[in-house]
Amino acid sequence: MSNLRIDHLYKRYGAATVLDDINLGIETGEFVVLVGPSGCGKSTLLRMIAGLDGASGGDIHIAGKLVNNLAPAARGIAMVFQSYALYPHMNVRKNMTFGLKFTGVAPAEREKRVAEAARMLRLEELLERYPRDLSGGQRQRVAIGRAIVREPAVFLFDEPLSNLDAALRVSTRVEIANLHRLLKATIVYVTHDQVEAMTLADRIVVMNKGRIEQVGKPLDLYYAPANLFVAGFIGSPAMNFFAAKVESVAGGRARVTGAGFRSFDLPAASLNVGDTLTIGVRPEHLSRGTNGAFAVEGIVELVERLGEASFAHIRRPDDKLFVAEVRGREAPAVGEKTTLVAAAQDVQVFDAAGLRISI
Amino acid sequence: MTIEQRARSAGVHLVLLAYSALAIGPILLVVMNSFKARSAIFGAPLAPPDASTFSLIGYDKVLRSSNILTYYSNSLIVTLVSMALVLLFGAMAAWALTEYRFRGSTLLGLFLSIGIMVPIRLGSVAILNMMRSAGLNDTLTALILVYVAQGLPMSIFILSEFIQQIPRDLRDAARCDGVPETRIFLEVIAPLLRPAIATVAVFTIVPIWNDLWFPLILTSSDKTHTVTLGVQQFLGQYITDWNSVLAALSMAILPVVMIYIILSRQLIAGLTSGAVK
Repeated sequence: MSNLRIDHLYKRYGAATVLDDINLGIETGEFVVLVGPSGCGKSTLLRMIAGLDGASGGDIHIAGKLVNNLAPAARGIAMVFQSYALYPHMNVRKNMTFGLKFTGVAPAEREKRVAEAARMLRLEELLERYPRDLSGGQRQRVAIGRAIVREPAVFLFDEPLSNLDAALRVSTRVEIANLHRLLKATIVYVTHDQVEAMTLADRIVVMNKGRIEQVGKPLDLYYAPANLFVAGFIGSPAMNFFAAKVESVAGGRARVTGAGFRSFDLPAASLNVGDTLTIGVRPEHLSRGTNGAFAVEGIVELVERLGEASFAHIRRPDDKLFVAEVRGREAPAVGEKTTLVAAAQDVQVFDAAGLRISI
Repeated sequence: MTIEQRARSAGVHLVLLAYSALAIGPILLVVMNSFKARSAIFGAPLAPPDASTFSLIGYDKVLRSSNILTYYSNSLIVTLVSMALVLLFGAMAAWALTEYRFRGSTLLGLFLSIGIMVPIRLGSVAILNMMRSAGLNDTLTALILVYVAQGLPMSIFILSEFIQQIPRDLRDAARCDGVPETRIFLEVIAPLLRPAIATVAVFTIVPIWNDLWFPLILTSSDKTHTVTLGVQQFLGQYITDWNSVLAALSMAILPVVMIYIILSRQLIAGLTSGAVK
């Protein structure tokens, strides 16, 4: 059953189109992450699902009910904000029960729900404290608790981890994943951090410039990105791109050439002589050596050492930079001339329009 | 600290000290002389009261012979009721104007800001006519109405600034929580406005308490006079009862000073919280 359905949703401010024909269905219990660069419309989409922003066109159904004209509270959603948005003058208990007062939940039931949420989020000790006396992580848990007690059909998270420091972000991420498993809740989660998206999501929705670029499971996006944007956005460091051309087609094989890499053969499939292509190779799929379907060489300009791995920034003969991930102890020296290769299955090919060609 | 910095800081303090003396001096003079006998007030106006010159005759006369208590309670009623109304309506209007976009909201905001620029005294004659035809002549209600009109524009202006600083997410969170709009205002926004409300309270109270003009034109009987107007009866054309004048003035200063002391902490927070972000 689809728990949240969005049909032909538009959002326009004057002449600017912020959301352009968004269609999306989310199943009950599914964890969907909306991800994209800033300004791609993901937060706007979330706010429209919540009912905080109105739509310029299109329909939103939550739990089978058309909610276009319903107030946020009547939609069966609960939202967790990036800034936590706790009521500063109320203690933790009051923060969680304040909204329930107005939605007809009996006092005994309120207490029961708060106790349950507090146990789940380890907030029992903090119930009488005020938000100003809590750490960032604790505040975030209270904000999540406030959402849980509403028992919504859909949870909405708006970049909930971006105000936390790095260590806390990792542990809170795990907590949110556990919570999802425990509550079997439907969650729509907005982030610009692709690591969060990859680790948390059942499905990821990649957005760019108000459009959905691709919807898919995390690994599908990684191994089979639909287009150049998704390929470049998912994965860190980003995929390397090389401009290429089909030089000749013979015997079902197409010869691909371009500046900076050694010419190689692809199964011809739909390729014709003269086609403009973009070749994509992820940094982690490049390794030092000479034997591989795809080979590129250059002069090492900078090495970033992360410990187990190092990122080598390498200047190609055509003066562009690309990045290769090498094992920590095998990092090349700066100024060294080196050759890197990738296996045939790790080479992505995109056509002139930026769409991936499956080889 | 270099010598130059030290000199500059000393200079700044000198200016501040001079200003403080200028501001506090007259008040000190009034209070000091209110405790002196008449001959001592004229003999040595700048001397503090000592054993031979100390006298409570002014206070005695004021409390016994005049309607000072009526004036006092009139001033209190007018000031407190006006303040309460200004704060209530001001906060509600500020919330409406900042939070909701409705037809004419910009125009309404502009109209209210005109109230800051144009002094209400320019309308004295019209106000007098209006009050007379409404049958409110010589009532405290007339004063309260005028003072609410006088205080509202500035309070809306200050409170709007503060409401804009309250994070949007907080209101959105309350909306997602199902809190009705009136309760969002009363239970989420209003408690966070406390420092701003203290600021507005002081800015509203002081001019009302000290006002002479409107009591003078709008009230005519003893039962509606305020303190500032009541004091005038000791100032005669030929003789002035300085003991009584100074005693009554000292008593009139007291409430304002007390309000300042009580609200000063909140006031400073309110005045500076918008400045540094």
